[in-house]
Amino acid sequence: MGVGIEVKDLNAWYGSTHTLRDIHLNIPANHATALIGPSGCGKSTFVRCLNRMHETNPIARVTGTVKIGDLDIYNDVSPVVIRRRIGMVFQRPNPFPTMSIYDNVASGLRLNGFRNRQALDEIVERSLRRAALWDEVKDDLKRKSGASISGGQQQRLCIARTLAVDPEVLLMDEPASALDPISTAKIEDLIFQLKSEYTIVIVTHNMQQAARVAEKTGFFLNGQLVEFDATTKIFTNPSDKRTEDYITGRFG
Amino acid sequence: MSGKLAERDVVNGRESPSASGLAVARPSAARRYLNAQSDSAFSDGFFKTLMLASALTIFVIVLFIFLELAWQSRMAIAHFGISFLYRSAWNPVSEDFGARPFIYGTLVSSLLALLIAVPLSVSTAVFITEMCPIPLRRSLSFLTELLAAIPSVVYGLWALVVLVPLLRTEINPFLMRTLGWTGFFEGPDYGVSMLAAGVILAIMILPIISSITREVMSTVPQSQREAALALGATRWEMIRISVLPNARLGIAGGIILGLGRALGETMAVTMVIGNRPEIARSLLAPGYTMASVLANEFTEATTSLYLSALIEIGLVLFLVTIVVNALARLLIWSVTRGASSRMA
Repeated sequence: MGVGIEVKDLNAWYGSTHTLRDIHLNIPANHATALIGPSGCGKSTFVRCLNRMHETNPIARVTGTVKIGDLDIYNDVSPVVIRRRIGMVFQRPNPFPTMSIYDNVASGLRLNGFRNRQALDEIVERSLRRAALWDEVKDDLKRKSGASISGGQQQRLCIARTLAVDPEVLLMDEPASALDPISTAKIEDLIFQLKSEYTIVIVTHNMQQAARVAEKTGFFLNGQLVEFDATTKIFTNPSDKRTEDYITGRFG
Repeated sequence: MSGKLAERDVVNGRESPSASGLAVARPSAARRYLNAQSDSAFSDGFFKTLMLASALTIFVIVLFIFLELAWQSRMAIAHFGISFLYRSAWNPVSEDFGARPFIYGTLVSSLLALLIAVPLSVSTAVFITEMCPIPLRRSLSFLTELLAAIPSVVYGLWALVVLVPLLRTEINPFLMRTLGWTGFFEGPDYGVSMLAAGVILAIMILPIISSITREVMSTVPQSQREAALALGATRWEMIRISVLPNARLGIAGGIILGLGRALGETMAVTMVIGNRPEIARSLLAPGYTMASVLANEFTEATTSLYLSALIEIGLVLFLVTIVVNALARLLIWSVTRGASSRMA
């Protein structure tokens, strides 16, 4: 089951560039929340702050509070513990090329010392089924490399790898932007099915995608959260002029 | 609006917005220039031939070296036949020659060097690329590469003056006490030994393996590191499941290059190995390598059979280098075959 996310006074920098300014945001549990905005607006940086991935860049800096459920992720725990509870799917599929499909899915649990083979078999199958990949790969689980399948399959493999550790929050940074329309549709179906059990935050350039999968949508511009509201409201009757200009295609 | 139109006109091959008002559109300067160009088939063919010639030159040089070595050693080949490879005799007075101790010395000293250098240089590379504070990174990698620039005779001198006494007084007694039972560390301890040669070779090939490993590891995509980190991997776990597996082919390539250098290294080895054509189980005993015997005895070879035998040693060194390289590649190929067939 997912948990909600509470963001207060979040500021982020890359070197001297102030990429996120005073973000306040409450992301509801067990729903999909979309983040839209033009390139460079800070939406990717924002999701990378939610699992402390932002700070893996040596010149990056963050201030503010992020609470995942009751856990203050910048003060209570180490980033490693946080990332075990928050899954992340990236823009480009990044399966481990030297591992088999099975090992890719099992990698998160194995990292943490999970060795029960029978349980692992079950978890791998369940995760692949939930990522809608099982039927396509079940015969080559241990024979094929994670990099030998198509791009769309790789991305679903990455989703399965994330689901295998049963995260409370699923972050997706433009998960379909490198994929063809059919693979994109599959990923969107997946988000639709998963959102009742996980808190999903999805960054997307595709406004139709945001409208299709998310209950809530946030619009970022120049490092600020301009508007955050129900998706239908954002797309039909936004309160802010800038949001309206963006969704009607006047810029960006 | 007019700005947008102008942009489109340039794309369509007109020079300026005003040109669109003219009845006849003039081709742009860029289009006129490009239309006037030939299909450049000649220069393409010329460069292809040039590149091919360069590539062939390497092949031809290697072939001629092999032929010349074989020709110059024909007398020894005819005299000793295949037994030259496995006979242990080396007696210039009775003109009785065999290459076995030298082949053994070359292989064992190089293997020893790899055993010491591979873990050290891979760890060095991991530290420099993944853990080192950025200001230190450049100077550290510069220093490791500087090791490669030191002439081998300087290594030899250092080994003779520092390493050999250190081995004799401190390290070898310890090895004899703790590992003497294996038989690899026993017998009279001269300091100059197979072990000293292995250690100095390890230091010499360390920069090669380490700089290649570093280079390959730095090309592992950030997305691969993030994949591991996002799963909750610590930094070391990230290196273990993501960086090293992605870089393993390149690391293996670096090891092969290091091995090549170790097999052929002459000066430093000659100064510390003891130069005695005997095969001993103990690594503390002196040995001899193919390259060393060539360097030491070539100027003293008085009879033509002696000279011919030495050149045959050179031929064997040449072949051993090729065979060992091929075996190393085969080993890598068989280890990664599973992965690459999966990738195909």
